[in-house]
Amino acid sequence: MRSYRWRLGLLVLLLGLSVYSLLPTFQFYSRPEAERSDTRDPILKELRGKALKLGLDLKGGMHLLLEIDKTKLPPGVQVRDVVDRAMEILRNRIDQFGVAEPLIQRQGEDRILVQLPGLLDKERAVQLIGQMAQLEFKLVKQAAESRQVIERLNRAMAGRSSDIPDSLLADSVSVANPLTDLLYNAPEAAGSAAVLEEDLPKLQKLLESVNVDSILPRDASIGLSAKPERLDQGHFGRFIYVLNRRPDMTGEVVSNAIMRIGLDPRDPGSAGVSMTLSNKGASIFRKLTGANIGRQLAIVLDNRVQSAPRIQDRIPQGEARITGHFDSAEARDLAIVLRAGALPAPLRVVEERTVGPTLGRDSVAGGMRAGVVGAIIVVLFMLIYYRGSGVIAILALILNMFFLFAGLAALRGTLTMPGIAGIVLTVGMAVDANILIFERVREELRSGKTVKVAVENGFNRAWRTILDSNVTTLISALVLFRFGSGPIKGFAITLGIGLIANMYTAVFVARMVFEALLARRTARSLSI
Amino acid sequence: MLQVLVGARIPFMRYRRYAYLFSLAIIVAGFVSVLLHGGFRMGVDFAGGILVEYRFDRPLESDHLRRALANGGYKDAEIQASEGGETFLVRIPAPEERVAGEKPPSQRVLEAIQAEFPGVKGDLLREEVVGPRVGRELSHRAFWAVLLSLLGILIYVGVRYEFKFAIGGVASLAHDTLVILSVISFTNKEITIPIIAALLTIAGYSINDTIVVFDRIRERMKGSARAPDADLFDLSINQTLSRTIITALTVIFTVEALLFMGGSVIHDFAFAMLVGVGFGTYSSVYVASALALDLTIGAERRRLAAEAQAARVKA
Repeated sequence: MRSYRWRLGLLVLLLGLSVYSLLPTFQFYSRPEAERSDTRDPILKELRGKALKLGLDLKGGMHLLLEIDKTKLPPGVQVRDVVDRAMEILRNRIDQFGVAEPLIQRQGEDRILVQLPGLLDKERAVQLIGQMAQLEFKLVKQAAESRQVIERLNRAMAGRSSDIPDSLLADSVSVANPLTDLLYNAPEAAGSAAVLEEDLPKLQKLLESVNVDSILPRDASIGLSAKPERLDQGHFGRFIYVLNRRPDMTGEVVSNAIMRIGLDPRDPGSAGVSMTLSNKGASIFRKLTGANIGRQLAIVLDNRVQSAPRIQDRIPQGEARITGHFDSAEARDLAIVLRAGALPAPLRVVEERTVGPTLGRDSVAGGMRAGVVGAIIVVLFMLIYYRGSGVIAILALILNMFFLFAGLAALRGTLTMPGIAGIVLTVGMAVDANILIFERVREELRSGKTVKVAVENGFNRAWRTILDSNVTTLISALVLFRFGSGPIKGFAITLGIGLIANMYTAVFVARMVFEALLARRTARSLSI
Repeated sequence: MLQVLVGARIPFMRYRRYAYLFSLAIIVAGFVSVLLHGGFRMGVDFAGGILVEYRFDRPLESDHLRRALANGGYKDAEIQASEGGETFLVRIPAPEERVAGEKPPSQRVLEAIQAEFPGVKGDLLREEVVGPRVGRELSHRAFWAVLLSLLGILIYVGVRYEFKFAIGGVASLAHDTLVILSVISFTNKEITIPIIAALLTIAGYSINDTIVVFDRIRERMKGSARAPDADLFDLSINQTLSRTIITALTVIFTVEALLFMGGSVIHDFAFAMLVGVGFGTYSSVYVASALALDLTIGAERRRLAAEAQAARVKA
């Protein structure tokens, strides 16, 4: 009986782990659908990371494999470098698009994989990804003027409050001061307008709801920080820069930019960027810096301010140093952005798969229907055929499903349509182990063994067969996992986890239940 | 107690020559079908190309749609209508990869259609664009996946059982693969990535089935000194027959649920699975076991002949 306690302990432990692994999934999917797509809420973000994910083929979305056209690459340019730049541009743009969990990944030497789940506006996304990046340098307006512009924008928005979506007004945006009430007054960054990271989506919606350019003075524009910045102790957010509307210089004049350590003599360990300009650029830059010492010059990529260093001095030679509070990774990114102005070779779409939300929903519904119907038939069949023992098989099956989902969530797996098919198949195949055992027990009973011996022999003899037969299927699943892509990987994972869970539930757990039932009394007959 | 086929004594092995012929006939017919069709119909995954599926807000007439696409520059478009003429699948060959930022094909297709059917709205169900090189890469990967999978199983079964059995097992897998491919050619379905996944799953299922029979043969062989013969194979197959049938049934139930209710995306996968489960069950008996038996008998004959030879030499 001691081993029995051990086995019960293991089962309880596994159940506990499974509940723990599935909890975020329940929490996440019990939220209303509209709320789930919020990309900024940190609690939701964490839940989303831990919850079971739906694949692009179920949620709808876009999968793009892009490749640098190497035949158009100028001599001396490194492919790796071009891919780096392209990825930085893509990241920057997709971030503006507000997609939950985009994936941007290097594939091999010259390819980039982009996955945008749940994206509806395909045309806009394709445009966004394909455009050449626009790199501009714009002077930041002086503090007093900046304040005036923000005030003016605020007043204009208050006057057009009918244009502001009701959902925003209901969500703490006031009618009297729609803009300024959203802003965050950072004591350490006095004078600059900023917004907390969690308020950013509201700000973006607000800015989209009115025609900002028509409200602003003719020579002004606004730009947000490209990435979250530290506003003060413990607060992160974006600065809202008021910029010249026309670029003071464009990215075409940048001939090179690299990350350097020790550019700032006062802070020799810090990272910065050393930028080289073309001859034409050097002359523009000389005038620009000479006339504006002490002001900030914003480096703007695709309308997002990457950095706004202060002009320290007139720069005559076209060799500029950008220093600030960078760590080396940030400085490297900035250097990439500066070089990224134009990609030296076009990106080609070598693979693209889009699933519309309608088809995704149809697939989920179809998969669920098939799963439920398949399960009901199998359950009824097992009950009719094996009666009492069938109940144990069904119990094992339910546990199997539970472990399968828990394992999938624990491995951060993605549920895809082939994955659902794998689960439905598991329902059909999982009972095989029980069938093998039960048929064996029946044989033993027919040959005149007592119930206890028959059950013991049935399990012992069937076990080897079950192991061998499952390992071979596991080999197929492993190969599929290794060679398959996206949806098929999802299939391989569910099939694999299903098989392992199956060996445990159908053999060990079912045996425990049998032994527990048979230990109480000396059974003369068995419902099998 | 409800039970099927307990105590059955079907002399399966006696008919194995007919089964060989039957399997051979299907596979030969498959080859002929592939030749007549000029090769397999490869899906976009492997052949490369464009596949666009739209659901329109009203039924459109297929011929008119074809004209609309031809006017839009898609003369080679293949059109497949379903759901009362509202949903259309359009396939277009695409020899070149487009530059990122150019309009996606789905957009151009929709514009071409809207030029002929003013005001029609289309809901993009899916779009698949596979460049010719990616298509070739995916083909290679699928090929290696199938080959490695079979090889892995051969090694595992070879280690756990006698080599003759492993040959029988893998021959049955090759048989299942060829038969499914033949049926796909008969029904003129496309070979896609889900079909390859179905092939590998069937390989797993079929070998599973084979192992159950092999295990029983091995168990029966332990007790006896003589070489296994047709009777022993028949006995083992009959003893495991009820399990074979019940398991095949539960799997077929779930596969049919997928086939009839799972939706369009999974339909072909489920179809291949259904064919595969049927033939996988059959091949465990009539390819794997039958071949293992013939190999065993052949080896036994050679051993006896060698012994007789040795005896003669001695004499």
